[in-house]
Formats: sequence, C-alpha cells, structure tokens
Amino acid sequence: MKKGKVVSSITEAIHDIQDGATLVVGGFGLCGIPENLIVGLQEKGVTNLTVVSNNCGVDDWGLGLLLANRQIKKMVASYVGENKLFEQQFLSGELEVELVPQGTLAERLRAGGAGIPAFYTASGVGTLVAEGKEQKEFDGRTYIMERGIVGDFALVKAWKADPLGNLVFRKTARNFNPVVATAGKITIAEVEEIVGIGELDPDEIHTPGVYVQRVIQGSHYQKRIERLTVAKQ
Amino acid sequence: MADTRTKIVQRAVKEIQDGMNVNLGIGMPTLVANMIPQEYNVLLQSENGLLGIGPYPREDEVDPDLINAGKETITTIPGAAFFDSAESFAMIRGGHIDLAILGGMEVSEQGDLANWMIPGKMVKGMGGAMDLVHGAKRIVVVMEHVNKHGESKVKKACTLPLTGQRVVDCLITELAVFEFTSEGMVLTELQEGVTLEEVVRQTEATFTIDPALQ
Repeated sequence: MKKGKVVSSITEAIHDIQDGATLVVGGFGLCGIPENLIVGLQEKGVTNLTVVSNNCGVDDWGLGLLLANRQIKKMVASYVGENKLFEQQFLSGELEVELVPQGTLAERLRAGGAGIPAFYTASGVGTLVAEGKEQKEFDGRTYIMERGIVGDFALVKAWKADPLGNLVFRKTARNFNPVVATAGKITIAEVEEIVGIGELDPDEIHTPGVYVQRVIQGSHYQKRIERLTVAKQ
Repeated sequence: MADTRTKIVQRAVKEIQDGMNVNLGIGMPTLVANMIPQEYNVLLQSENGLLGIGPYPREDEVDPDLINAGKETITTIPGAAFFDSAESFAMIRGGHIDLAILGGMEVSEQGDLANWMIPGKMVKGMGGAMDLVHGAKRIVVVMEHVNKHGESKVKKACTLPLTGQRVVDCLITELAVFEFTSEGMVLTELQEGVTLEEVVRQTEATFTIDPALQ
C-alpha cells in the first residue's frame, strides 16, 4: 500500500508539537476523541498548551489527562462540568478558561478553517459572552462579532482514512472532528482503520484529504461511555 | 417533587405538533420524549450531530459512537441523519428547528432566561443553550415555579447571569402556563387544581391574564 500521509507511530505524528502550542481537538464528551494522540501528548510532556475543544475530558481520560499533568495553560470550551481537576485548577488561577457557546465554537472553527477571520452571531447577545465584543445591528436584530480560530495543530479522530488523508467518521463520533480538521495549520488524524487509495467511495468522504497532513493508525481504543443508558426491559 | 415534574412534562408535550423538528434540553425536557404520541412523525435533534434520536438501546445495542447531547447512549430512528457540529448549529441558528424545550433557573417578565450559571458555584459552561435560544423558532421553558426556599423563579428581572434576553416564548410550570408577547407576559392557562390567587402569590413577575381565563 502507498504510504502517503501515513506515519508509523504516535511519537512521529506529534514530533513537532512544542510547549506553548495551540491545539484544536475534536470530540464531544468522550465520544470521538483522539485517545492515542492525547496519551502521546501526556507522555511527551509538552506544557503551556492552549487547547480548544468542546469539553475537557474527565479526570482520568481524554483531555483530563493533560490537565492532571498540568500541561494546559488555557482552555477554550463550551462545557467543562465533568471534571473536578478542572474546577481546582480554575479556582486556584492555574488554568485560564474561555467559555464559548457551543454553536459559536463550532462556527469559529469552521470560519478559521475557511479563511473567514470573523463573523456575526446572535448567540450570547445581552450576556457575559458579549462583553468586550463589537455589536452590530442587521435588519433590526443585534449581533456580536466572533473571531475565527486556527490552531497550530488540529487533532482529530476518524473511523477510516486512506493514505491521502480522506476521512470518514462514524455516527455521532463525527461531532466537532470535521470542523476541527479544517482549522489546524497541521492536522493529524488518528483512525481505526486505514484503507487503500480508491477504497473509499468519493461520495462518502466527510473530510477531503486536502485538510489532513498526517494519518496514524490508532490502537487499543477504549471508547469510554460517560453515561451508559439502556432501555428498561 | 416527582409529581410536579410529571405535571410540567405532561403539559410541555402538548407543545409538540406532528411533523416538527424538536430539540429537547438536558434534564426535565428530555423526559418529554417518552410522551410524544406514537403516531406523530417528530424528529428529535441532538446538537452533537443527529436528527432522529431513537429510544435508549438494549444492552446488546449499546454503541459508544452513538450518544445524545447529555452524553447518554441512544439509538436512531429510521430516517435519521448524522452531521458535524457546525452543520448542527447551522440548522439551529438558521431557524430550521421548530421548537426547543429547555430547563430554566429563572425567567423574567421580559422573557429573559437564566439557566447556565450560579455565581460563586463552579461554572460548568453554557453548552448549546445560548445558540438554541436565538435559533429555534419557538422557545418553551419548563421549570418549577419556586425554588427550594419557596422563592419565585418567575422574576421581575433575572438575578442570575442570562442565557438570553427576551428569548422565551412560553413558560410552563407546575402552576401555570405563560406566553410572552409584544404586550408582555400573559397568563394563558392554570394547571389543574391551581387557583389564580395561588399563581399571583407565587409569582414575582408582573403579568396580564388572558381574557379567555377570566
């Protein structure tokens, strides 16, 4: 099989992530998170990271691992309620936090990846989120200006990839991953399966390979479930 | 308590009409799903990227790649669609979702909603609530009328940080239903067995009474 963008180890995939980098990271809760890349960053020990991701994992998994290791300086997220360490570090002033409405966060990443520096949205008007932001009226309704986000590195998790970096996601594990993939100067995708060029139906590709610089085959997926709920028998 | 919530949820389900696309918030609003009439074609949206939420899975159907916005394992119904987070909020912000039913901490007589933050307590984040209140065509808030200290949660002005200003269309509590119009807050229904005097006593907000009730 042609090697293309496929790298052979997690270490190689993240070799140039340095202290102080801004990382945009896919996933919703613990669903569709780049588990192996996060563990790789924990082992590498880079610090002073700014991390943009919808959530911050739980105490002992996902981005929570980097919090526990005190590698994160600033977190940009929409919901962080699942993590006690987060609370401790935030209250002690160790951790800087920017809370962003979820739709605004998704659109900031989409805009960043699409070369749009800023946009207007009604989300957050008249709330703490609007403080210090430009306001403008369109057709009689007030909007606030929000900035696009581009990270030094984007870390995503996909179901399948080919060596060109084309990605296919699975069910709700898609979530933030496709927008995050567009918003990195260097985008690293870890996947469950790598298939040959031409094996993915072009109609089914969610993220075209143009956005992806490195592909790594992940292993030992835990895919932890935060709230196991089953039908009453 | 359980009875209070049941009363609220039973009234809230009447807001859902056949053919609607609906987003249900986490907590009490999620309970509404179980009461939607079987014959209705309603698509429930989950803001993490699904239109067409199904029931909770059997144990052998559980899939960690398939969760709702509350991070619970779920299933899909026939005709469901998956999409990414930007697309999900495009359909919310763009006015394509007919109805959102959300929980509340406080609602003011202007239709302001506070439901994401209590100062002095750990901030968890607003999630998708601030986008939903400006995007869905109709915003229905379900909450208990008073807090555990007996103080009215239906306020003249919210004391907690806002989720959105003048965004609530309808408020459903265990005592009453209010609509928010250009003329202000209007009491439109009393829950069964509740008197007007009781609603007046438990409500801090100023409201008018729908002529049909008088």
